[in-house]
Amino acid sequence: MKKITSKIYIAAVFIFLYAPIFVLIANSFNKSKSRTVWTGFTLDWYTKLFNNEVILKSLLNTLIVAAIASIVSTILGTAAAIGIYNMKKITRSLVINITYIPIMNSEMVTGVSLMLLFVALNINLSFMTLIFAHITFCVPYVILNVLPKLRQMNRNLYDAALDLGCNPFQAFRHVVIPEIMPGIVTGFLMSITYSIDDFVISYFTHGSTSQTLPITIYSMTRRKVSPEVNALSAIIFVVVLVILLIMNLSDIRRTSPKKKKRVKEKQS
Amino acid sequence: MKKKILTALLSGALIASSIIVPISADDEPEYSNSVDWDKFRGQNVTINVYNWGEYISVDEGEEDSYDTNKEFEKLTGIKVNYTNFASNEELYAKLKSGGSSYDIIIPSDYMIARMINEDMLEKLNFDNIPNYDALIMDKFKGMDYDPTEEYSVPYTWGMVGIIYNTTLVDEEDDVGSWSILWNEKYAGDILMFSNSRDAFAIACKYLGYSMNTTDERELRNAATALTDQKLLVQAYVMDEIFDKMTGGEAALAPYYAGDAITMIGDNPDLAYVVPREGTNLFVDAMCIPKGAKNKEAAEMYINFMCETLAALKNIEYIGYSTPQKEVPEYLDEELANSPISYPDDEILDNTEAFIALPNATTKLMDELWTSILTANETAPWTIPVFLIACLGMSVGINVFRARKKKRNAG
Amino acid sequence: MNKKYKLAAAPYLLWMIVFIVVPLILIAVFAFTTTVSCDAEGNILSEDELAEYLAECEENEVEPELTEKKVFTIQNILDVSKYSTVLINSAWLALIATAICLVIAYPLAYMISRMFYSRQKLALMLVMLPMWMNFLLRTYAWMTLLEKNGLINKFFALFGLGPFNMINTQGAVVLGMIYNYLPFMILPLYSVMTKIDDRTIEAAQDLGANSWQVISKVVFPLSMPGVASGITMVFVPSVSTFIISRMLGGGTNMLIGDLIDLQFLGNAYNPNLGAAISLVLMVFVFLCMSITNQIDNEDMEGVLL
Repeated sequence: MKKITSKIYIAAVFIFLYAPIFVLIANSFNKSKSRTVWTGFTLDWYTKLFNNEVILKSLLNTLIVAAIASIVSTILGTAAAIGIYNMKKITRSLVINITYIPIMNSEMVTGVSLMLLFVALNINLSFMTLIFAHITFCVPYVILNVLPKLRQMNRNLYDAALDLGCNPFQAFRHVVIPEIMPGIVTGFLMSITYSIDDFVISYFTHGSTSQTLPITIYSMTRRKVSPEVNALSAIIFVVVLVILLIMNLSDIRRTSPKKKKRVKEKQS
Repeated sequence: MKKKILTALLSGALIASSIIVPISADDEPEYSNSVDWDKFRGQNVTINVYNWGEYISVDEGEEDSYDTNKEFEKLTGIKVNYTNFASNEELYAKLKSGGSSYDIIIPSDYMIARMINEDMLEKLNFDNIPNYDALIMDKFKGMDYDPTEEYSVPYTWGMVGIIYNTTLVDEEDDVGSWSILWNEKYAGDILMFSNSRDAFAIACKYLGYSMNTTDERELRNAATALTDQKLLVQAYVMDEIFDKMTGGEAALAPYYAGDAITMIGDNPDLAYVVPREGTNLFVDAMCIPKGAKNKEAAEMYINFMCETLAALKNIEYIGYSTPQKEVPEYLDEELANSPISYPDDEILDNTEAFIALPNATTKLMDELWTSILTANETAPWTIPVFLIACLGMSVGINVFRARKKKRNAG
Repeated sequence: MNKKYKLAAAPYLLWMIVFIVVPLILIAVFAFTTTVSCDAEGNILSEDELAEYLAECEENEVEPELTEKKVFTIQNILDVSKYSTVLINSAWLALIATAICLVIAYPLAYMISRMFYSRQKLALMLVMLPMWMNFLLRTYAWMTLLEKNGLINKFFALFGLGPFNMINTQGAVVLGMIYNYLPFMILPLYSVMTKIDDRTIEAAQDLGANSWQVISKVVFPLSMPGVASGITMVFVPSVSTFIISRMLGGGTNMLIGDLIDLQFLGNAYNPNLGAAISLVLMVFVFLCMSITNQIDNEDMEGVLL
């Protein structure tokens, strides 16, 4: 009985989470441009999508910004994490607290403050300002993912490598980097995700030539979202779903032996 | 699109009789040689155009569709980067906040006057825009907003009226008056402008004032009327009107005549009327803002927009009225004689154009408008409950921490 | 590691100062200044004097000589209180949304954390998947569902019910917030609950605790850090949301985010006031966070991420 109620509950929450997404995807196959009337099945919007320069260009912009921003912030953030890790306690906590600000603060305030900065410095809002803004909110995620990994690392490992004849660079390259790699990868992935999805900060820092996909969608929602966008989001949905499923499967395969071990431990 | 507007007109309740005149392709005008279109070809010039949403002809994948920006790119080799704004005030804020650079903007009359006052516009070099002299109707030259003819070239004109859904609005009710927007019968079915100037203009006309009033008492009365109206308003919108009116979500909305034609085309149940208290006659004109990077290319764009073919296609697409001399000759008879786009003199005489208001008035209006929008009809108990909730939370946390401490100690 | 390595942070420190610290200072500067007009000698003119001077210039047909100057003022901050209803309304709606999120997410996170390991991963993935879709599109899809002629009303009409008035209400705005930020509540709750050892619960049961006691005495206290970070992660974006109220609330329920937008890029252009509102919002957010941080002073990094 309890199991059934919990199943029903889980199903209800997932229906809530997915109802709008199914509406979106269904509308991408709807012949009519209307959002609520179903007039027949069509794939036209998918073909039209590939001829829609505005959407494709903003998609490209989004991807370029996300790629540059996440790569730069991964490098900048990893270096910063290593530096912060080696700082004195007071400076360290000061820097970490400031790093938290863009994460904790509302996006709105971050966006507005960056806009004020660019205007004050007399920089035209453009592709560059957009990338600067994205790096600014991505770096903290990298730092806060890499720092715990550094803390978990055995400090003696590095010294041991030096004792065994590595030069500092080699020791760093072969000992430290592999240890903190999971943190770097998570930080990188989070940066990409946040950058692709960001609307609010981009809204305040984008220039007239650098519209990203969320900005383009925003200007559409004020009138009517064209079904091509629905088609695009259906494609994105499927792609993300496939990537997540693959990651999930390989994750389960990788971790299941460990799990078994834990179960054994428990039983003993 | 041409077809769309034709059906719109046929179905429009205002049309008594109609004959479809087939238009053949050879009727189309050709581009003039008024300027050397090739001047910038190959120089990799890009101009940033900032215009209202849905305010230019674009390729919708239909036959004989015409994409104005692409045609310009083909003709001149200049790349057009085209973006949209939703209201004059948004355009103003975007320019004023700095940071963005645009080469062409298309604001309305009163905003042009304000921008001229605040030294935000470049003077145009009319040697590069010969089409202005040749093709723009004289009555649209040297108007109040730009009396010296230095800063702007008119793009379209039109007026504000009420768009209503005939299936949702009772015939007995007087649609021909702004007071219908205050009729409690339609509570929750009324859409309203979300920009201050248009909203206040309607309230002023409803109360019998001039829409250019600078009298503080009158403005405050208008604000009171708008506050009263808020209880009846479903949503404050601009271009969202298209979606909501054609989808039958709302019964009544004030909007621009040209857009009414488009909406009637999408939903034949809709109709349009100009209230008898009078309304606003507006002109939207092309200007070059200070700081434009490619002024000469921008002037070429303005000249191109005055070309008969481009102006014709744009007008056919957006449904607004044209200030260009030759376009009416080529327009479908239906559109050229449409009472929505080209109303008779009686209605025209009863219109008022916006003029630039003194800074103090604009500021007052913006402040009043913000306070109308933000004055929430929240229940009076919200604040006490909110405070108690906050207090309860912090007490709860402290109790929790105290208990935890005790437990840990014990 | 070597102390030399702290130099690695140098580029970031520079970046941090330029792009995090300076912008915040700029907000404060904007919030506490205003632009006034000065005459040729640099004396500040009041509005009346300015109007008088301009009229005089027009009469004598001379170009007015005016300069602009930024001066310190607290007027902007005082003006914010004009919009206190907006602030309270935003906080109120965000509070409701956060509470409902907690109520929905808590059992769900618990149920997920008690599933088989492979199922857990799948369920978690399904929770996160919607976040990859653009939030504007998802909110727009809710419009399709909630409208008068929308899908939900069409569904009810099949049974002869309705139509219900759902869109353009405060309820719709709260729904938008809950929908968009629910995963932010589920994830931290899940990550603390999954750390609760089954054996702890079993021990409590063995010692005679009924299921209510298990939840209230064991699970809930242990999940406190997750509750705290979930509340922060839902409340902060909810209180400053913009667009959602415009799309689902019809612009009649303006929230603080919309108000800031209105001052910077909207109808009522006034960046000084906008900065003042942003400053108030920022202080408010950090104040709320200091409250939730008190719930549990544990290092939250692990939970947050």
